[in-house]
Order: sequence, then structure tokens, then C-alpha cells
Amino acid sequence: MRNAFASELTTIAGQNKDVVLLSGDIGNKLFDKFKEAAPKRFFNCGVAEANMISAAAGMAMCGLRPVAYTITPFITSRCYEQIKIDLCYHNVPVVVVGVGAGLSYASLGATHQSCEDIAILRVLPHMTVICPGDAHEVRSALREALKIDGPVYIRLGKKGEPLVHPCQPEFKVGRGIVVKEGSDVCILSTGNMLPTAVECGEELTRRQISTRVVSLHTVKPLDEQLLAEAFSSYSLVVTLEEHSLAGGLGGSIAEWQSDRIGLKARLLRFGTADAYLHESGNQKYVRQHFGLTSDSIVARIAETLSEQAGR
Amino acid sequence: MELGLTAGTRESAPVFEHCGLNRLGIAPTDAEYDALCRRIRGKVLELSHRAKTPHLASAFSCVELVAVLLGSIVKMSPDNPYDPNRDRFVFSKGHAATTLYTTLSTFGFFPESVLDTFGTAGSTLAEQPSPRCQPGVEAATGSLGHGLSLGLGMALASKIKEQSFRTFVLMSDGECNEGSVWEAAMLAPAQRLDNLVAIIDFNKWQATGRSQEVMALSPLKQKWEAFGWSAYEIDGHNTQEILSVLSKVPDGSGRPVAVVANTVKGKGVSFMEDDNNWHYRIPSEEELLAARKELGLI
Repeated sequence: MRNAFASELTTIAGQNKDVVLLSGDIGNKLFDKFKEAAPKRFFNCGVAEANMISAAAGMAMCGLRPVAYTITPFITSRCYEQIKIDLCYHNVPVVVVGVGAGLSYASLGATHQSCEDIAILRVLPHMTVICPGDAHEVRSALREALKIDGPVYIRLGKKGEPLVHPCQPEFKVGRGIVVKEGSDVCILSTGNMLPTAVECGEELTRRQISTRVVSLHTVKPLDEQLLAEAFSSYSLVVTLEEHSLAGGLGGSIAEWQSDRIGLKARLLRFGTADAYLHESGNQKYVRQHFGLTSDSIVARIAETLSEQAGR
Repeated sequence: MELGLTAGTRESAPVFEHCGLNRLGIAPTDAEYDALCRRIRGKVLELSHRAKTPHLASAFSCVELVAVLLGSIVKMSPDNPYDPNRDRFVFSKGHAATTLYTTLSTFGFFPESVLDTFGTAGSTLAEQPSPRCQPGVEAATGSLGHGLSLGLGMALASKIKEQSFRTFVLMSDGECNEGSVWEAAMLAPAQRLDNLVAIIDFNKWQATGRSQEVMALSPLKQKWEAFGWSAYEIDGHNTQEILSVLSKVPDGSGRPVAVVANTVKGKGVSFMEDDNNWHYRIPSEEELLAARKELGLI
């Protein structure tokens, strides 16, 4: 995802002279082409994220379109007040890009894991939260984010995630993308869980459970039309995210659901638990730990469906 | 209450008519600035008393700085306050907003009738400024340690867009406790932002103690110098000194400029000067009267 981000941003910067890139001392070589294409519009702001966000706000107030980039926890929780006040309160067009979101950099430990960023950013007025599901979505998300006249958060995984879409999908902020159709279960995935969601969909279909898979890349604003349809047409709606069960996509949909009556579907949420991991382990290991593998997800979905059938 | 402060238009404010190097090319005299600052303090007192809002002493310590900045230095016109080429003035010590509001209104950025709504329900003028609440208010401030970084972004934008505007940021000394100030302090010289000015209202107090005792702030000028800034130390109540140092920006050094302005918290009213109780106290009717007398307003 991060290579797609760097490449797309380089292209955009060639087309839009107001686009500037601020980096928190990461992305060695990643931005070489950007620096070549727009040498006066790349700023390594050092290991100083609070200043980087406010500076981006100051630039946006003067008509520029800053994109601020570093590792997810450092560009979200580390400088949260700057995001709240300088970006959201002022409602200025700055795109905040977090790389290595969720458990992408799991092996670096809890300091580099980020399972709370969706929750803390989506509560801020004016903020749009986008979690692209693959590199294609990253490119579209970035293009669309730069059209929004307010702050946007883009949550990236790392590099080398599998492509889910065969080509650049039609992408609208706030509208989910149906990746696979089905009629029994509706899986709503956000961010880098999308390949796993597709695997789950395929396995469930093999088990004669017809499954719809949606990339719900925008957590804020929610695609209410898609949700209304899902909760009235399916008996089970499932959310997948590499994020805490509290406050993420699942939490957000649970809030939406609780404000409505007469919905048919039950909501089943998959995400990380209310705990830090102290031991060493890569993304695969930590996903297993939190029950975020396709095997365990499929098993719980099947179990829930048979519970529902038995009632 | 008639405080002798004329309605917020330049036409009806004779003292300020030729108050501005940028507007008419004539620097006001010491006496004119003295009269202007007395009036600003009188109005700030009235606002604080009426709205029962604190931070009076913090508002008083920066009156001369704000008056000179808006009167003579910052190229921003009330007739075109959002001109993309205007100088930017970021008032980072948002808790002293009454001084900002009063000075802006005095120079005609918005009418005194708006100023008089300060702190009332539904007013555009909150205790600490909200985004673009009135012309001349460049940014919402109140949480300390944001203004210099915002200003740094503006100064960078000026360079990127090949404009010539400058950015002035007024901070409090307590504000220099915030780590983000020093993040900006390191980045600005690295980016050679000679169009950025940090002015520190060094009144030697923060909310609950001497700023030197709380965080070992001194030597403040040397700190900015060591961070790569072109640093000056002035008497922050001496309008000619303020004018003199701020008229030379960029100063030719290729570096951002830091002005450590030595001030007195509560300056202008004897019983408030250097008494940190006035960080929070609201003046009573009697105190208001006594203060106005001292200021020569009655």
C-alpha cells in the first residue's frame, strides 16, 4: 500500500502544484521520485509529529494541500491534539496518512501497533476516515481525499499486501465497494483485512453459505444506504478490522444499529481485544492471537449461523 | 460605560489615523502609543469585569506588543483582511484574547458593538478565539504550543508560493513549556525561515508560579540563539524598541527571528503589576474604578 501511496502522490504532485508532502523522518528512498518531481514541496519534518501537523494546518490555511505522513501511532495518538484543534476545529484540508496501521508492524511491538486510531479520529468533527483495502484503493482514496475541503485520515497497511481488485475500482468516499455478491451473510471489511475477508467469503461459499464481501473503506462517514440494505436483507452482518473492537468500524456500526429499530440482521464484530500484546510476534502471529485469521473467522460465522438457525 | 474608546473605525479613531508604518508611512509617537495602550487596557478591564473572565494580567503584559504589531508592523488591512499576501499574525497566547480583540476592533477590523458582545452567549468572541471568529483573527488558539507551528507552516507556504508575506507569532513564556514549541524552534532554522518571527511575552509568570522556577526557562534569549534563531531581547513595554526590532524582518541573517520581550504581568495598573493573583482574578467595581483612574481614563 505504501508504494502505491508514494507513486500516486508523485503523480498528483506533478498535476497539482499546491500539493506538499510532510514526512516524519520515515520513507527513506520511498519518496525519491517525489523529491525529484517536486523538490521544493517535500519536507522532512523530523521526529516531531506535533509540529508537523500544526505546520501542515498553517500551510493549508494559506491555500496549500499538505499530505502529512508517518507511522500510524505517531501521526494519530502522538499528535492528537494538533489534529483535533489545528486540523479539525479549523476544518482545513490536510490529508493525514498513517502507514503500518493496525498490526502491520506487529513485530515492532505495541509502540508501533495502532488499534485505536480509527476510534480516536472518527469522533472528531469534520474528520473523514478512510481505510483502503488494497493498493488500488489507496490510489483512489488519496485522489478523492485531496478533493475534500477538510481534514482526511487515510489508514494504510504496509507494503506487499495482495491486490483484491483486478483493476482500479470505482471509488467514492463514503460508499462501500461490493467485492463479492452473496445472500446469506454480509461481511464488511475495512482496511487491510480485505484479503482475509475475501478468503472468508470463498470458504463460506464452499460451505454453501452465500456470502457478500464489501470493502467498507470509509469508516466516517458511514455508507448508511449500504448498511440499511445489509441489515434488512441479511440475517448476519460481520465486521472485520485490524483495530480494537471498541470504537472502530464494528463499534461505529453498532452505534448506527442501536439508533434504529426493526433491523433484521445480527451484528458480529471481529477486531482486536482490549489488551496490549507483550510478547514478540509478526502480523500473522498477532492476528492469530486475536482470532483474526480466516479459519477462526469462518468458524465463528458458521457457529453463529447455526445458533441462529437453531433458535 | 464611556471609556473614551471611539467606535471601531479608523476614521473615528483620531489617535490611530496615522498609526501605521504600513498604512501611511508615519510611525506614531511615544505619546500616541501611550494613549492608545491606556485605552486598550481600559477596554480590556471593562470586558473582563463585565464578562467575568480571567487572564487580565496576561492580557496587560502584551498590550504594547499587540498595539505595535497591528498598528505598525503587520501588513494586514481591515479593508481586505483575507488578502492572500497579507502578513500573518498568530496570537498564540489565546487566553489573553481580550487584548487581541480590543486592538483589532480599535484598528477597525470589526466594530466596537461586536467587541462589546465578548463572552456573552452566542457571541462570535469567545474567551479564547475560535477559527476566523472575526477579521484579523488568523487562528483559533487557547491550547498553548500550537501557534508557532501554525506560523511555521504559514511561513513555509509563503516561501513555497513565492509570496513575500511574513508571519508573526506572539507566545507567552509559560507556553514555552510545551515541547511542540521547541519542535518548531528546531525546524524553522533548518528551513531557513527568515520570514518567521516568534515574539515571547516574557512576563516571568505562568498560571501558578514563576516561569523560571517551574521550568527553568532562562536564559531564554540564549536558548533561541542556540536553536539557530536570530534572537533579540527588548523591553516589551517600550513601543520604540518594539518598533525598531520588528521593523527589521527579515533581518538579513537568513534565520528566523526570536524576540524575547521582557514584560510585567498586569502592566499598567499598580496593584496588578507582577501580582500573579491577577492571572485569575476578576476586577470588582471598585478595582475597575481605581484601575481606570490610574490609566488616566477618568
